[in-house]
Amino acid sequence: MKRVYAKEEVCAGCKLCEVHCIVAHSKYPNDIVKAFKTGVRPVSRVIVEENRPVSFALQCRHCEDAPCTKACITGAMHRDPETGIVTNEEARCVGCWTCILACPFGAITRDETGKKVASKCDLCSSNDGVPACVAHCPNEALVFEERK
Amino acid sequence: MTLDLSTPEFLIERNRDRCIDCKVCVNQCANEAHTYDEEEGKVVSDDTKCVNCHRCVALCPTKALSVRKYPLEFRSHGTWNAHYINSIYKQAATGGILLTGMGTDKNYPIYWDHLLLNASQVTNPSIDPLREPMELKTFLGRKPDAVKIENGRLAEKLPPQLELEVPIMFSAMSFGSISLNAHKSLARAAQEMGTFWNTGEGGLHRDLFPYGKNTIVQVASGRFGVHTDYLNSGAAIEIKIGQGAKPGIGGHLPGEKVGREVSLTRMIPQGSDAISPAPHHDIYSIEDLRQLIYSLKEASNYEKPISVKIAAVHNVAAIASGIARAGADIIAIDGFRGGTGATPLRTRDTVGIPIELALAAVDSRLREEGIRNQVSLVIGGSVRNSADIVKAIAIGADAVYIGTSALIALGCHMCQRCYTGKCNWGIATQNPNLVKRLNPDIGAQRAANLVKAWSHEIKELLGGMGINALESLRGNRLMLRGVGISEKELEILGVMHAGE
Repeated sequence: MKRVYAKEEVCAGCKLCEVHCIVAHSKYPNDIVKAFKTGVRPVSRVIVEENRPVSFALQCRHCEDAPCTKACITGAMHRDPETGIVTNEEARCVGCWTCILACPFGAITRDETGKKVASKCDLCSSNDGVPACVAHCPNEALVFEERK
Repeated sequence: MTLDLSTPEFLIERNRDRCIDCKVCVNQCANEAHTYDEEEGKVVSDDTKCVNCHRCVALCPTKALSVRKYPLEFRSHGTWNAHYINSIYKQAATGGILLTGMGTDKNYPIYWDHLLLNASQVTNPSIDPLREPMELKTFLGRKPDAVKIENGRLAEKLPPQLELEVPIMFSAMSFGSISLNAHKSLARAAQEMGTFWNTGEGGLHRDLFPYGKNTIVQVASGRFGVHTDYLNSGAAIEIKIGQGAKPGIGGHLPGEKVGREVSLTRMIPQGSDAISPAPHHDIYSIEDLRQLIYSLKEASNYEKPISVKIAAVHNVAAIASGIARAGADIIAIDGFRGGTGATPLRTRDTVGIPIELALAAVDSRLREEGIRNQVSLVIGGSVRNSADIVKAIAIGADAVYIGTSALIALGCHMCQRCYTGKCNWGIATQNPNLVKRLNPDIGAQRAANLVKAWSHEIKELLGGMGINALESLRGNRLMLRGVGISEKELEILGVMHAGE
């Protein structure tokens, strides 16, 4: 399956990926200003890890054998057998954070902006194109591709 | 502490309606002009630190930022303008030489803009380069006085030549003055476009040896990074005597830029200043230069053309004649508008002569002396577009070097602060945090695109003149007419006035 890969050596650490992730998962995916200024701002599902000069954007690896799906106590966290995308069905998520404990990459974060839910990358699967972080990286430090 | 008399040069304007306090500007400004105020929960800016490089403006996701000249004005005065007053404040505070980067920003005459090209109408046909073949191929190197042909083949071996698909090469810019990613970008672009890039005087990084066939390796007064493999890795060797932005001045790469990779490449200790003397201390005459030219030819088995690069100075024509007679295969002349990573401001702005006049003088002189065929002429120093190139070739150049234009293609915004090492575009810096910002994959593509675009335009201009090979334009000054310049300038350029 296609995944997002980071090219650490050209990551400028600008965090525009985080900005555009927030916008893509907000109520106003086409208006950055409104996405940030109107209502509750969602949390970013991509995190730029930094230990300068090392920096790269980290997001869910969509593991084939995803530990978070096994750890989930309600079955909210699941992997689509067709696409391989791991998503959290927020309606069923109870915010127990077991998936956060289980994730070997630290790619799941707590979203307490509304009802407590686990927040993670969904590869922008709702608008089936290139994920927002990849599309808006100014230095092509994120690529969305199939790798063996 | 006494009162600091300096005032901001630029004003950062932040549209608060659009700013989302995302801190992209904060994490991208190496000058720390933007900071995040935790207490206020918002991003604030400090105008005094802004160099107007546009990094924040370009990356701001909501286009909330703009930068303009600081509106503060001195009482207007014909002699004492803000530049001279502020320069004195700065020097009175520091006691130091004023430093700057890039080429002069003063309004000296640009002769390219006073030259117009010809086109065919009725009496001879123009050519459509989209339909007919158009030749830009250029050979740089010594051409024999006459060719002997036997059985339809050249009977004698030609002296070594550089074969260019386009008459555009990337100027010498050292690893040290610019980043490794900038070097990688230029090397790859040169390879893709069938032309050459130049190492500058800082040696060739080991990762770039595979690009040797498209590399001109430089030997300058500091002799940094010069060893057998280096000399033999390149397609040609260039002896750098001077550069347009600082004729008569050496180079100084401060120790903080000499990290592990620069140290290994230049073969100097890490953290030590790399000082290139003003002259080569083994070259005090044309005869001495001849010795170095032939030493390098000997060291490279007479297989590579040797270029000598000089700055355009008053008696450039006589010097060029000497260089040709000393055995150089290529003479590179850098005009006084040429760029640099660091130069004393007053030198940059007042020393040297315009490249257009220098080129015309050198080409005329070499023709008069009957030795024009012995060398190729490459010029640089403010070649801004394809028309400048066509004009240069019509005056008599064989090819051009582009430095500033190439860096602009990589993202340079001409803020002239290369010497600080804080280039926010990852070009003129060795700071690993900043170097990463220049992705060599993107850089190589953009530099190659520029050369591609310009070669299309050169073909269009040639076609318009009814010429289908660049060779037919070389030194063809009848294709040029001058406008708005004096009789004397026309005489030196060897060009008639428009209407004549």
